[in-house]
Amino acid sequence: METAEPISIAEVKITLSPLQLFWQRLKRRKIAMAGGVILIFLYLVALLAGFVAPYSYDRLDTDYSFHPPIWPRFQGTHLVVPRYEQGGGVFTYHIVENNSKPLHFFVHGDKYKLFGLIPAAIHLFGTNDKNYPVYLFGADQFGRDVFSRLLYGSQISLSIGIIGIVLSFTFGMIIGGISGYFSGWTDTVIMRLCELIMSIPALYLIISLRATFPPGMSSPQVYAMIVVILSFIGWASMARVIRGMTLSLREQQFVLAARALGQTHLKVIVRHILPNTFSYVIVAATLSVPYYILGEVVLSFLGVGIQEPSASWGNMLTAAQNTEYLRNYPWLLAPGAAIFITVLAFNFLGDGLRDAADTKS
Amino acid sequence: MIPLLLGVSLLTFLLMAMSPGNYFTSLLQNPQISPDTVAALKARFHLDRPWYVQYVFWLKNVFCGNFGYSMAYKISATTLIIARLWNTFLLSFFALIIAWGIAIPLGVWAAVKKDSWIDRACSLFAFVGLSVPDVLLSLLALWFAASTGWFPVGGAQSALYDFMTPAQQFWDRAHHLILPAIVLAASDLAGIMRRIRSCLLDTLRAEYVTAARARGLGEGWVIYKHALRNAINPLLTIFGYSLAALLSGAFIVENIMAWPGLGRLTMEAFFAKDSYLVVDCVVMATALLVIGNFIADLLLAWSDPRIRLK
Repeated sequence: METAEPISIAEVKITLSPLQLFWQRLKRRKIAMAGGVILIFLYLVALLAGFVAPYSYDRLDTDYSFHPPIWPRFQGTHLVVPRYEQGGGVFTYHIVENNSKPLHFFVHGDKYKLFGLIPAAIHLFGTNDKNYPVYLFGADQFGRDVFSRLLYGSQISLSIGIIGIVLSFTFGMIIGGISGYFSGWTDTVIMRLCELIMSIPALYLIISLRATFPPGMSSPQVYAMIVVILSFIGWASMARVIRGMTLSLREQQFVLAARALGQTHLKVIVRHILPNTFSYVIVAATLSVPYYILGEVVLSFLGVGIQEPSASWGNMLTAAQNTEYLRNYPWLLAPGAAIFITVLAFNFLGDGLRDAADTKS
Repeated sequence: MIPLLLGVSLLTFLLMAMSPGNYFTSLLQNPQISPDTVAALKARFHLDRPWYVQYVFWLKNVFCGNFGYSMAYKISATTLIIARLWNTFLLSFFALIIAWGIAIPLGVWAAVKKDSWIDRACSLFAFVGLSVPDVLLSLLALWFAASTGWFPVGGAQSALYDFMTPAQQFWDRAHHLILPAIVLAASDLAGIMRRIRSCLLDTLRAEYVTAARARGLGEGWVIYKHALRNAINPLLTIFGYSLAALLSGAFIVENIMAWPGLGRLTMEAFFAKDSYLVVDCVVMATALLVIGNFIADLLLAWSDPRIRLK
């Protein structure tokens, strides 16, 4: 059975752009795609937190302190929310048989601002009855819905990662580009500064930086402060790598050509050198976002970040530090699980991006 | 090394000088202490002088081995720091031993059985391990200790420590150390294991490994004597890098599991606005890291004579 393979004329090779090639390679990595899908979902939910969350982040009801998670169940074709009553000791709840309330969708509830702008009061689900709360992940010590707070907290925790990375990487790229392009004493000074910042164990530096801000700031101020602190530390490692890449890039002919055409130094760095480092930067950024999220978590957890009653994944975990709470009300660890899932998704996506960007193998 | 530490101390000092208020601002609100006393105290600690003058005083003292006086603890900062530094060192040291002790065999195993289910399980484990935040891990450990009662919840020694025999004291310290050390090790384990696997995969492809196999050497001999021995250089570099993560991890573990180390002292000093003590802690933590990296460099030079330290 030896027949010569006929050469089909239809087999015209379509040349793909580097970006298309990259996308093709990425699509083959199922785990990376799964990570990406999870992240898109998490960010979408964070964006619509006010709508998806049944309650406001600061709505408290001390009658329901440490209420266990309530999951709606099917009764016939309807989803109903069972009722619990307290009894047999403090913060012990029992389900009341044959007492439930149907779960409604698009109900009227606590006021919130959609996207932080549009005032609204419609929630995805709820019971319309104060005596039948829907606490998907239980309630905390003040009787606040952990699920709602988790969603509001994700707005802070998830966005800090992205904003922090954009800020510090932009800064790091420009500084690194300048350092590598000009070399000489500029390079020496910048690199010594980077080494200085990188030689201090990160959390010790974060705390020293935190000390320079006054206590009792408002939530937006604290948010800005955390971004500034994390970016102050993050730019150094980026600048070092970009500097190394710039050192080799600036010897290439297209840089010489750009210079010969009379472009300014800054334009050569920003328009011609830095775009060549993008594939590295995007991978590094994806893999670094978790560090920024964890930075916020640690600061808020230690009580020097986002303050109550605002919710962040870090300050929600503070309640779980009490071993008595933790033993009896394990749902307080829900933010920890959320952090884990987010970080895992970023690692999956970043790993896939790195493999897809690596054209050598 | 010394210029770096000088730079670090100058930077932290500057940051502390920029921070609003100091230990004495809270004293001033106390009606039992007269403003004159506070002023006198301030003068004694040179806190009424500009920050660079304070820095010179501080530096002069540090060179004489005196880290100043902790205003919040009312004892010499040197004694305080040495005790805490020792605790952090103990915690990090045992975490290092546990992490590397598990990571090396596991990484080697995953590399040798590449693409088998063992390798896949290890890589999944590594992904999970890399993604579990230290905060969550420490909280879970606390929960474990509290619910089983097998381990003490926080602290470095029992209340009755001073009344124990030396053997009991040793056991008591070890008992307190185990859980925080395991938590700290677990947070670093995954990253180290993944790198060991990839380092070893590189060397397993080398021709001398094939040659060793061709000569009929046993597989264990080939892997541990030929492949792993040649992968030791990148491993030592990883060791240097992992120290920074270890110290930051220790900061979190200490604060959550109440281990009286440098990280916990830093937070306590931060809340008490004991600014000299914060500077001392940051400088000591940096020194610990720098010395650790220096040891890694020395080991590298010792294992590979071609590398010369500048």
